[in-house]
Amino acid sequence: MKRWLIWVPFAVALGLLALVGWGLYKPADRTVRSALVGQPLPKFALPPIVPGKPGLATAAFAKGKPRLLNVFASWCIPCIAEAPQLLALKQAGVEIDAVAIRDTPAAIADFLARNGDPYASIGDDKTSSVQLALGSSGVPETFVIGGDGRIVLQHVGDIRADEVPGLIATVRNAR
Amino acid sequence: MTRLLILLLFLVGAPVWADSKLPPAPLANVQLKDPAQERQAQTLMLTLRCVVCQGQSIADSNAEMAGDMRALVRTRIAAGQSPEAIRAWLIARYGDYVSYDPPLSAITAPLWIAPLVLLALGVWFARASFKRRRRA
Repeated sequence: MKRWLIWVPFAVALGLLALVGWGLYKPADRTVRSALVGQPLPKFALPPIVPGKPGLATAAFAKGKPRLLNVFASWCIPCIAEAPQLLALKQAGVEIDAVAIRDTPAAIADFLARNGDPYASIGDDKTSSVQLALGSSGVPETFVIGGDGRIVLQHVGDIRADEVPGLIATVRNAR
Repeated sequence: MTRLLILLLFLVGAPVWADSKLPPAPLANVQLKDPAQERQAQTLMLTLRCVVCQGQSIADSNAEMAGDMRALVRTRIAAGQSPEAIRAWLIARYGDYVSYDPPLSAITAPLWIAPLVLLALGVWFARASFKRRRRA
């Protein structure tokens, strides 16, 4: 037996320790991302949820102008935090449609009255069916849909104030 | 006294649920009428990952999203779709991640090859040590 071989288990143990340390200080990204980015928006048609605002169908997209598709719910706290940013996006001329996940007309009307209404239309998704069709895994999520009806970008989680200019640029560039 | 009162106030705080108030989807917790179809659905559900509770299958999870995914699986099985078509539909949306039955690819290859390599190493090691003993 060669003498240096005795150090191999020690080196392996050190390597293992380094691996665990690396995992602790740089945890893996657990965000679930949609595999549909770059592909056409799936076909769906949702009825309206609040009076005076149309429902949402795939036909509303692919009309030559990029739009945002916001997946939200009145029972979702980060959606309240995101509301001012959506209003800022609307101010900047971005058109926003929404899918309301597992919600009721009264709760949505209340949510819009409290937090502002940036939406051109809201579809009623009572069983998360459109959310699953989009490859979305929670609320809120925002998709940038290009003028050709393709999904350009998926934004997971609430939109922060410093992310608004980037989103506006993405929408402007997505033709 | 004031501190005790403040502590007691915590007892009356109501928990906040990050869940909707809607009832579960019709087929989330109700079995299909046809036992054969239900068995198919159940087998598939055990191998699909819940996308909000990442360590659980949708059959095991109480999350609302898992309920909606169970409803999706049962609705499609009842409509005559094959379990593999449903799995493919979900993989197209969430990636291989959503399935607990990963296909062989560059990323999953070590999972399949590592046991074979370890077994070969073990055989080699055992052979070497048996040889040494015979000589002695």
